[in-house]
Amino acid sequence: MVIKILGSGCCNCAALKENTEAAIKEAGIEAEIIKVTDFKDIMKYGIMSTPALVVDEKVVSYGKVPKPKEIVKILETLK
Amino acid sequence: MIVFKWLNSQLLKMEWLYNLVTFLVENIFRLDVNNRVGGSVHFFIYDVIKIFILLSVLIFVISYIQSFFPPERTRKILGRFNGVSANILGALLGTVTPFCSCSSIPLFIGFTSAGLPIGVTFSFLISSPLVDLASVILLASIFNWKIAIAYVLVGIVLAVVGGTIISKLKLEEYVEPFVFGNKVLEAEQEDMTVRDRIDFAKDQVLDIIKKVWLYVLIGVGIGAAIHNWIPQDVISAILGKDKWYSVLLATFVGIPMYADIFGTLPIAEALVLKGVGLGTALSFMMGVTALSLPSMIMLNKVVKIKLLAIFVGIVTLGIIIIGCTFNTFGYLLM
Repeated sequence: MVIKILGSGCCNCAALKENTEAAIKEAGIEAEIIKVTDFKDIMKYGIMSTPALVVDEKVVSYGKVPKPKEIVKILETLK
Repeated sequence: MIVFKWLNSQLLKMEWLYNLVTFLVENIFRLDVNNRVGGSVHFFIYDVIKIFILLSVLIFVISYIQSFFPPERTRKILGRFNGVSANILGALLGTVTPFCSCSSIPLFIGFTSAGLPIGVTFSFLISSPLVDLASVILLASIFNWKIAIAYVLVGIVLAVVGGTIISKLKLEEYVEPFVFGNKVLEAEQEDMTVRDRIDFAKDQVLDIIKKVWLYVLIGVGIGAAIHNWIPQDVISAILGKDKWYSVLLATFVGIPMYADIFGTLPIAEALVLKGVGLGTALSFMMGVTALSLPSMIMLNKVVKIKLLAIFVGIVTLGIIIIGCTFNTFGYLLM
């Protein structure tokens, strides 16, 4: 599983990364977390508000920072 | 009417708090509120508490409302309109759409890729930081409702005019090419439940307080200093109503600064109490919030310098005009 965190670095992107790391630990999922900060790459996903969460190239959340257990729920449905 | 006046003075102006703090300063700190030290301590405590209470309540309520207007829905709504009405709607929606300033780039790209004219996007970008629902209510609390509403109206007019001018000047060629034609995510996230909205609003309050508490303290500190320590004649000499350059000075000092609008309000309040023109104080506030070096640097990534310069020029000119207008006609509203 490849999880990407889209965000330009300031708001909430760090929080999202922390929540995601906590989520995969809690769910016991093996995943690689990549932070994407370049706008040109972020725009390829078509979102308008950062931070955003992308799992295996699918956008699962944008414009908000889901808590770890919400992220766990999302990841479970994708397994 | 009487009920309204009571509500206004208790909820917005917090007379009860004012009296409570006076009691605290006079009886517990044993300071005379009429002299400099006592006066500034009173100003500081009262203003800090007032701003934080209002901030929390307002951000909560407004974020709840804003949860109904995510940028994706705004984009869909705006796509259906043309011409000036699109600019007007863009400016209005800019005030209610939540977004943190580092979303301004994806937002700009998202709007433009969906086919919205850049003028409409700029109307949105101008009104968003300028006309903040929460700060409008804070303005009403510190000054009065007439001024707050007038501020909203001029802010929106500035946004609409600015965006329309940018549209008419046909400046699309100055937008970086990669902005156009990007994939636009159509699927909206699932609708929020009431519980979701409450959580969102709560998170926004905590988030914003975490971001702005320092600015508020500094702003109130400066306000207290102005209020009690800097002599009136020094302030009139630099920023007095009669000085023709006061608006220009206030605008140009404000623009390169970045501070949250909540931090500028106590400064504006203290300045006006010291005889600075209302327009001058508003120009300072608008300069600080509408334009800032960080946001200009970010915008430069998506628009070329010429368009950025025009944008900054239009907004600056607008702020100066608004400042002079409020200085001249402000007495009608006080």
